[in-house]
Amino acid sequence: MQRILVGIKRVVDYNVRIRVKPDGTGVITDGVKMSVNPFDEIALEEALRIKERGGAEEVVVATVGPADCQQQLRTCLAMGADRALHVQTDARIESLTAARLLLKLVEREQPFLVLMGKQAIDNDNGQTGQMLAALWNRPQATFASKLQIDGQRAQVTREVDAGLETIEIDLPGVVTVDLRLNEPRYVKLPDIMKAKKKPLETIELATLGVEAQQQLQPVRFEPPAQRQKGIKVKDAAELVAALKQKGLL
Amino acid sequence: MSHRILILAEHSQNQLSVGTAKCVACAAGIPDAEITVVVCAADAGAVAAQAASLKDVSKVLTIEHPAHAHALGALIAPQIAALAGSYTHVLGPSSTFGKDVMPRIAAMLETSQISDIMAVESATRFRRPIYAGNALLTVEIAAGAKMVGTVRTASYQPAPGGGSATVEKVTSNVALPTHTRFVSVSAAKNDRPDLQTAAKVVSGGRALGSAEGFKILYQLADKIGAAVGASRAAVDAGYAPNELQVGQTGKIIAPELYMAIGISGAIQHLTGIKDARTIVAINKDSEAPIFEVADIGLVGDLFQVVPEIEKLLAV
Repeated sequence: MQRILVGIKRVVDYNVRIRVKPDGTGVITDGVKMSVNPFDEIALEEALRIKERGGAEEVVVATVGPADCQQQLRTCLAMGADRALHVQTDARIESLTAARLLLKLVEREQPFLVLMGKQAIDNDNGQTGQMLAALWNRPQATFASKLQIDGQRAQVTREVDAGLETIEIDLPGVVTVDLRLNEPRYVKLPDIMKAKKKPLETIELATLGVEAQQQLQPVRFEPPAQRQKGIKVKDAAELVAALKQKGLL
Repeated sequence: MSHRILILAEHSQNQLSVGTAKCVACAAGIPDAEITVVVCAADAGAVAAQAASLKDVSKVLTIEHPAHAHALGALIAPQIAALAGSYTHVLGPSSTFGKDVMPRIAAMLETSQISDIMAVESATRFRRPIYAGNALLTVEIAAGAKMVGTVRTASYQPAPGGGSATVEKVTSNVALPTHTRFVSVSAAKNDRPDLQTAAKVVSGGRALGSAEGFKILYQLADKIGAAVGASRAAVDAGYAPNELQVGQTGKIIAPELYMAIGISGAIQHLTGIKDARTIVAINKDSEAPIFEVADIGLVGDLFQVVPEIEKLLAV
């Protein structure tokens, strides 16, 4: 079966103002709104559009994390994913571990394409897709703003520092998506009801033969330095004078 | 014990990137650093010479192959992974080049990566921004693990010249994958300074209203010798090309002067400019969050203010 696997992550909603715990052991997540990582939502939207065009038969979403992640998987099922896989663990998961776990799912599901966001907006690591591609020994196309599938190949336009780069990769492969690939659909109420009946499989991490290695130990979290309060000027002339005084013009 | 640091050079085939010189500066902060720069290129000569002239670089390695005429992560990663064995640290810039290739190298080396390093505390301890820069995390890598990282270039000044490293050719017998092929790249050509390294940046948001509206920013930028940037909203709306985007998912910059014009200042945008020396905000909405970080704020209609500034600079 022509299948797309989409990796998703549960993260603090992008509208939440992040606060560091006073003791420096983390950021405050109690009672904070959680969402699907917005880049992963774009990845799922793309997978659904490929399926709707007849380019795939099944879209499977997968995540790694604690029991609460099932809320985000249900959101993805409501968006239109056919099935969800939840690798359950309370352990802190490093990107390399996430990639190793996704590889196990890839070996099981045999997708022709793996899609996920270019980064998660919590840790801003931006590693998992490339790491999966490396471990799978398959191509990667990161920061995609356009994706065209043509049989066994894909043409991917990437948002790079210089502008837009287009590469061609053989499939299967991993594509990580950027903001302008598409605009994800809104979930409708009947879809939320329907999603409750869709299959969501829980897999205990230990059964996959991957260890949640902790190679990177968080030592300290701290808030960033605040900028000093600035001044207000009333018109262009005052602004130009202030900048000239600072030697900037 | 000395630390052997391998830096993957970013370049345009004939010009080494400033980001690479900033990686050298970051690496030089690691105690007892012995720094090697590796250049993968079709013809590495010019770039290798530039890398060799950077202070604190002791050796430059070149890997030449016609397939390296365009930097493709899938092709570069196996070469670097094969070379990395005797190094304690492997670093690259946190540009789209480095963000693409470095995690692939890390996975091939079976090691975790530390992204966006902004400060070195020790050979194993590094600080980096998370949550779009709303928190800073100090992280320690397990003793004995090879460290792979990307360097947040806005946090560093480029390493100065004055070095004279030896240049050595590496004969690689790593098979290059054929599953990834370069097709094309489209980049706007202009004579303005590069956004990533410019001392002055004039940046516009959705309030500019159109690509046409952006023209007044280009005029101002040209008058003061600035690069042009844009908020995500402006790029999404098609007023400016993607390579101008500043912010969490665009470019992170640290100019001397950043003029935010018609930009409200979403947290994701602010993370891209927090290292700017002086931030100027011009916005109609006096409540816009950009004013909380601006050194100089002006509440007003940008379509009046910007041409006025230009006129004042003409005399």
